[in-house]
Amino acid sequence: METAFSGASNLAEAVDRAFIFIFSISFIFTIGITALMIYIVIHFSRKKGKVPMQFTGNTKLEIVWTVIPLIIVLMMFYYGTIAFTPMRRVPKDAMQIKVIGRMWVWSFDYGDGKISKDLVVPFNRDVKLNLYSADVNHGLFIPAFRVKEDVIPGYDNYLWFRPIVKGEFDIFCTEYCGLAHSGMTAKAIVVDSLDFEKWLTQLKATGITPDDPGMKIIKANGCLTCHSLDGAKIVGPSFKGLYGSKRAVITDQGEKQVDAFDDYIKRSVIDPNIEVVKGFNKGLMQSYKEVLKGDDLDKIVDYFRKQSEQK
Amino acid sequence: MNNSSQTAPLNYLNHKTGLWSWLSSTDHKRIGLLYLYSITVFFCTAAVLGLLMKIEKIAPGETIMNAQTYNAMFSIHGIIMIFIVVIPGLAAVFGNFFLPIMIGAKDVAFPKLNLFSWYIYITGACLGLYSQFAHGHSPDAGWTFYVPYSAEVNSNIVIALTAAFVLGFASILTGLNFIVTIHRMRAPGMGWFRMPLFPWSLYATAWIQILATPIIGITLLMVIAERTLQIGFFDPALGGDPVLYQHLFWIYSHPAVYVMILPAMGVVSEIFPTFSQKPIFGYMPIVFSSLAIALVGYFVWGHHMFTSGMSYQARWFFSLLTFIVAIPSAIKVFNWLSTMYGGSIDLKPPLLYAISFIFLFTIGGFTGLTLGSLATNIQTHNTDFVVAHFHYIIFGGMGFGFFAGIHYWYPKMYGRMYNIRWANIAWGILFTGFNVLYFPMFIIGLQGMPRRYFDYDPKFQTGQIISSIGAFILIIGLIGMLSNLIYHRRRGAIAPANPWHGVTLEWQIPSPPPHENFDEVPVITRDPYVFDNPVIK
Repeated sequence: METAFSGASNLAEAVDRAFIFIFSISFIFTIGITALMIYIVIHFSRKKGKVPMQFTGNTKLEIVWTVIPLIIVLMMFYYGTIAFTPMRRVPKDAMQIKVIGRMWVWSFDYGDGKISKDLVVPFNRDVKLNLYSADVNHGLFIPAFRVKEDVIPGYDNYLWFRPIVKGEFDIFCTEYCGLAHSGMTAKAIVVDSLDFEKWLTQLKATGITPDDPGMKIIKANGCLTCHSLDGAKIVGPSFKGLYGSKRAVITDQGEKQVDAFDDYIKRSVIDPNIEVVKGFNKGLMQSYKEVLKGDDLDKIVDYFRKQSEQK
Repeated sequence: MNNSSQTAPLNYLNHKTGLWSWLSSTDHKRIGLLYLYSITVFFCTAAVLGLLMKIEKIAPGETIMNAQTYNAMFSIHGIIMIFIVVIPGLAAVFGNFFLPIMIGAKDVAFPKLNLFSWYIYITGACLGLYSQFAHGHSPDAGWTFYVPYSAEVNSNIVIALTAAFVLGFASILTGLNFIVTIHRMRAPGMGWFRMPLFPWSLYATAWIQILATPIIGITLLMVIAERTLQIGFFDPALGGDPVLYQHLFWIYSHPAVYVMILPAMGVVSEIFPTFSQKPIFGYMPIVFSSLAIALVGYFVWGHHMFTSGMSYQARWFFSLLTFIVAIPSAIKVFNWLSTMYGGSIDLKPPLLYAISFIFLFTIGGFTGLTLGSLATNIQTHNTDFVVAHFHYIIFGGMGFGFFAGIHYWYPKMYGRMYNIRWANIAWGILFTGFNVLYFPMFIIGLQGMPRRYFDYDPKFQTGQIISSIGAFILIIGLIGMLSNLIYHRRRGAIAPANPWHGVTLEWQIPSPPPHENFDEVPVITRDPYVFDNPVIK
């Protein structure tokens, strides 16, 4: 039977068992203590005029009510820990999804630039969520899956689960993040594997595609330390809109215009100080002739060309 | 009034008069009352804010305020309640008033420092208020001020942090004063283990105040430096570590929970023997459980951060210690029950509050175990379940402990008696309202309702409505209780020196106490809770 409290992941059963154990003991003790208290107040009421006993303690009783609660809380600790341990042991072949929290929206990045506002996951498959924050602290909470981890800038946190019920489930932000904290919600949607594949294929790529071979080489050589992708001016000119653009460059013979196609881009990598883009300093970049191997340079140029074709 | 003042000797209330005689008094009893009145004003303010939040939550979406106002409101509610009301709370009011009397001293060790502490407290409290009304937005980072939000948001965070920093000094100095007082000023013959349990609880509390408060002080200063000088301690945008902030914050703020609750445990430990006419059961276990709580309480802060991405081993360790720290509290509860067992129980308002303290504290304690267990913490962390839990502990524990204390010592403090029937009715309303307000929050918290939410999914509305109704009942109960106490301050029947037939030192002197407490310093020849002629009628 499904209730407001039903679990929908592989982790839920053990968590709920820990809940039931702790709540049962708590209930028995709370009722017991309260009943005893009421009994004492009535039975030993001053109105009955009994002379109060004057004992001051009992070592055996103290030991009993130290040891028994100790055993009980250690059992609670045990149940809580065994249900928790699997949460930090991610199966090796789990599907990886990158989660980005920013004020006040979640995005779920499936790779290849495919980013979704909701978390769509295949039924009965292990899913690992890698949690990143773009600004302040957030918390990713899917109550039905019994998972929650904070999303903290600068920290690589994660969680995982295997959904065992199909349907839509709430996702909340549980770490206060400002004005629209309570509006930072999303849905976890569990669908059949086939439906999932179909959905993923149809999901349009809107983000950067990090798997391009040219981009890999650019990143591996640290190019982005000095050249931005978003148009920002760092040490060197940005890569944004590079391919096919007209550039004013300074040469030993003075200023001239070049069209940034394959030849110019390759020249700039191999002899970076011959034609320096106007507004930037000469001598800061060294030649990459000896660094780049094989067709690395072609791949880089291909990447720039593909970027310009997408526009 | 005139008739009584002709016959009654001078006491601490009338030996000098005028506002300045209060503002410049180094008498620990007057300072206790200064704290009582300031804390009452702030408590009422923050309670009204709480009611407003509950009205807002009666339906999803905007009801009476917008999101920004709501976020500022829960922040202010928390800042006032925690830093200005609950942390000073019992220790500053009843500690100041009764600690010297109960150990047979004429005052605390440093009376001027004591008055100075109150001025620091008032300065901090006023700064806290100023942060709400100063130019710009009210602080909206919660009472926890988590970085990076608190380091980046454009609201009066710096003023609020300064307020908390200043309030910390009042807390440290009061703690220092109490420790020296207890060490140096006990009456002749009062060995450590002849000291009543309320002073013992203050002793354990004072050590926490001295050792833990500086950590929050420096941490808050670091956030101020981060905001004003752009030094990167905690904000990753400046190269800092946001989780480090959480560690430093909770290294203080968890022990601070024991600063709140230990004195309340001390108060009820006084009340149970008196209203049972029977010695406290297990004096030594109660003393050592207080010390154990103070000690182990230092090492459990990580349970506030179970979902922060801490290592598995750290979570495991903090969870285990959290369970261990529950034991001393359980020991106390069993000893209190045994104190009443076989006694001559007089169910007057102080005992009524003390018994409800046990009930509410038990629920708060057990739900604390749910939060301390790793697997169940994952589900309940940062939900309304946590909010309900700590209100059961802090309001149900410290708050009801405070109410028990004020109903117990009121006749001693003012020499007048409140209306018992009125007090009982107010208790009934307050107790009902409390449970109707907070219990539903456990249920919706388990369902997944996160805390600090301005808006919520309609599926949580039933619980929210019940909770809001409870808030109204609770406020009515509070008004009933306070009006009884305020009304009978001057009009109540004259109280005898020992209305409840207590045996500790405060009941051996007149009500209200004379300016210097004792004409002759008492000599202690036996244990604190010996009832030679227990009252049975």
